[in-house]
Formats: sequence, structure tokens, C-alpha cells
Amino acid sequence: MSKAAIEVPPKGGFSFDLCRRNEMLVKKGLNAPSFLKTGTTIVGLVFQDGVILGADTRATEGPIVADKNCEKIHYIAPNIYCCGAGTAADTEAVTDMVSSQLTLHRHHTGRESRVVTALTLLKSHLFSYQGYVSAALVLGGVDFTGPHLHTIYPHGSTDTLPFATMGSGSLAAMAVFESKYREGLTRDEGVQLVAEAISSGIFNDLGSGSNVDICVLTKGHKEYLRNHLQPNPRTYISEKGYSFSKKTEVLLTKITPLRDSVHIIEGGDEMEE
Amino acid sequence: MIVDSSSPAPAKKSLLLSSEADLQRTQTPYVTGTSVIAIKYKDGILIAADMGGSYGSTLRYKNVERIRPVGKHSLIGASGEISDFQEILRYLDELILNDSMWDDGNSLGPKEVHNYLTRVMYNRRNKFNPLWNSLILGGVKNGQKYLGTVNMIGVHYEDNHVATGFGNHLARPILREEWNENLTFEEGVKLLEKCMRVLLYRDRSAVNKLQIAKITDEGFTISQPYSLKTQWKFKAFENPTVGAEGSW
Repeated sequence: MSKAAIEVPPKGGFSFDLCRRNEMLVKKGLNAPSFLKTGTTIVGLVFQDGVILGADTRATEGPIVADKNCEKIHYIAPNIYCCGAGTAADTEAVTDMVSSQLTLHRHHTGRESRVVTALTLLKSHLFSYQGYVSAALVLGGVDFTGPHLHTIYPHGSTDTLPFATMGSGSLAAMAVFESKYREGLTRDEGVQLVAEAISSGIFNDLGSGSNVDICVLTKGHKEYLRNHLQPNPRTYISEKGYSFSKKTEVLLTKITPLRDSVHIIEGGDEMEE
Repeated sequence: MIVDSSSPAPAKKSLLLSSEADLQRTQTPYVTGTSVIAIKYKDGILIAADMGGSYGSTLRYKNVERIRPVGKHSLIGASGEISDFQEILRYLDELILNDSMWDDGNSLGPKEVHNYLTRVMYNRRNKFNPLWNSLILGGVKNGQKYLGTVNMIGVHYEDNHVATGFGNHLARPILREEWNENLTFEEGVKLLEKCMRVLLYRDRSAVNKLQIAKITDEGFTISQPYSLKTQWKFKAFENPTVGAEGSW
């Protein structure tokens, strides 16, 4: 029985083989390509009858605003939604993946999904990638055990909280929550508080901006308020618009086909596989 | 300044350069104070700071007065390295003394002191030997209120409300929403206490022992140290994982 190392093909999961090489390259001065980050303000709040999630709508690529009105509140299940901060591709992919896993699970069990199920699926996925999947999430939902709100960090740790904020604007939003949160909030007070917290992030954090999205989840009912507040309207619109003035002469209108029609040869050789 | 004489000077460099190459001037802070926040209100300026001096992650000193008067018209609040703050107080003392020796009935106002501090901080930064502080300078002279800030790299500006350190992230959003020109003394104190409470909850180097200082045309008062009431007993925090057994 020799103990020689046997070449076993990798069974899946993240392969860390190239990490040492990447670190060495960075040390030699390579600028790693930047990710599309959602430099964000996302919040969640538990109120009397359920959970309210809020998010801004700006996606940044370094110093540039890549998307002025993106959707950061992702669907996980009819009764569970998730806000995502960090790398946009990571938050999209991981929430879509868990959402489809939960759909299959619902078919298998015949029951409404629970928030802790989504929580466990997300956290074990993120942990196994050791923080390289850069997704910071605020997960909220209402199942038969009641309303739940959790935060999930990129390394896989979670918190269960009555109010939570994540993203680059989290301090501005948390300042609003810490000074104005109280127990027994009604739906309208909760929506008002969440909108204030997101607005605080939008106006005080450079990584957040544009509009406020809100999602209210209660027992058996969800309200997705896309662009609930639009505090950054486009103010300077040229009255002349972008059409040509009437004096412009149209000299010639000609349509040039780009390619002649293709003749099909019947009875040619079969295509090689 | 740390003079490192262990490495030999290379022969090709001139004598002057080689001694310069051995000197290391950048510092790290040791005993630090956390945020200071200040606002203009109807009659003058209000400044709030806690009394903690942290030594790394230890709360070493709990009786550090980080707000001090400067001359007749100003108050200075400092965060960052405490020993550098004490040095700055000595420079300011000398400045005020020289000014009063003129005996001309004139005295340095907050705008002048702020300008002096800016020059000192920026100069030190250019010599790669900064005073590791973020300062707030507020005061009233001849009915004119002034509130400015300057930090260790020499960035300086004036505004109706300023903060240092963590206060910029946690307190300024609140101040931007809720500050207005006609705050009374009580409203101003309430607003500052609201910000200090958020800092107490969310800044790990904050300590629950603060002073609030006020300066008006009549003079200044720095309050006795006191502590804020905090609310830790939200029902939702007491048993957060009920319904999510096993998670944390």
C-alpha cells in the first residue's frame, strides 16, 4: 500500500491555485482589473407586521456611475427579498442561484420557503468561497414563523437584527436609524424611516445616489415600490431637444444593402462534425 | 523624529543627503482622541467631545479634556494624537501671549487663530513630520460667529457644522438634515447629544463621558463631564434569533 500522491481531478468549488500568482503580480505592480461595484446604501427594518427593505439605485465602476437606476432589491422567493451590496455580478449571481434552489425546494416540500433556508444557503456558499465572492446582503422576509431580517457578510458570517444597514453609505443610514428607531413602528412610519435612511446615504455618500427603492413584505403580501422616491431628477433639459432644425436640407436618401443575397447550393457535401 | 544610524550612508551621495536619508520623520499616533463635533447656533458656537484617550485598542485615559479655550474669543477641539494637541496648545499659548504683549486693545479672533493653525499644520505636513490631529476652531468676535476645521494634511474649511474623524460619517448626515440657523442653546445641545449618542453606539473608541463647550460674545463655558442615557433594551435585540434557531 504505497502512499504516493494520486492525481485526483478537482470536484468543484473555487480553485485557489492562481491566488499566489495573482498576489505576486500585484506586488510587481500589476493593476488588477476593477469590478463593477455597487458602492451602495442598503437597509432593512423590522416593523410591527413585517419587514421593509430599502436600497439606492446607483452602480459605480470606480469613479464613474455605470448605471443610474439599477435594481438592488433581488427576488429570492415570493415572501423573501434580498438587497445586495458589493460586486454587482456576485450579488446577482448568488441571489439568482439561491432563488432557483429555493424554487426547487418548494416543489419538493410543497411549502412556503423560510427565510432561514435562504440564509443558510447563502452563508454556506459565501463561506466556502472564503470572501472572494464579494457580496454583502441584507436578507428579509416573512414566513410562517414571523418576520425576519438578516445581514450576510462576504466571508459568510450573519447577524439577525431588527434594523441593519450595509454598503458604503451604511454609516450615514445607520446614523438615521440609531437616532430615530423605536419599537412598534407602523407600516407608514417604517417606510418613512427607511426612505430617510436611504436618502441620508444618497446625499452623504458618494458611492450611492439616484433613487430610493423600497420593498414592504408582510404576511402573504409584498409591495415592491420601485423608485418610491426620486430626489435627483434631471433638472437641465434643453428645450430645443435633439431634433434637427427645419432648415437642414436632406441631400440624398440612399439605402445600400450590406451584402448580396446568399445562394444556397443544393446537394453539397455534408458538413464535417 | 527617529534618527536611524544603523544603515551606512552610500558613498556616492553627498554628505548632506546621506544624513537626510537616515532620518525617518513619519509618525504613528499612540494616544488618540476620537471625534469632535461642533455647530453654530443663535448666540455662538457649541462644541462637543468625549473625554477618552485610547492607547491603540485600550481605553487608557478617561479624563482627557479635548476642548480648550484660546485667547478671549475662541475654543479649540482636537482629535488624534494627544501629545501633538498639547504641543499645539503651547504654540497657541505663545501666540496669544505675544499678541497681548502688544497691549494695543486688539486680540486675535477665531479666524486669525484658525489661519495660524492652518499654516502650522500644512508646514509640518510638507516637512513629512505632521502633527497628527484634526482640529476644530470655533469662536465669536464682535458678534461674528466663526467655525472652521483643519487636519493633519492641512485641509481646512469653515462651515455651519463640522466634525472630525468618525463624526464626519455618522454625525454630519444628521447635522445636514436637522441644523438650522436659529437653534437655541437647548436645541443645539439636544442636537449635539443626538449625534454623540450615535457615535457612542457605533464608534468603538467612544466613551460615555462627554463635555459640551459653548462660546458666545460674552465668553466661554466648558461643561462638567457627564454621560448620556443609552437604550440597549430593545425587545428585538434581547432575543434576536427567536424564529431562526441556531443562527446568530
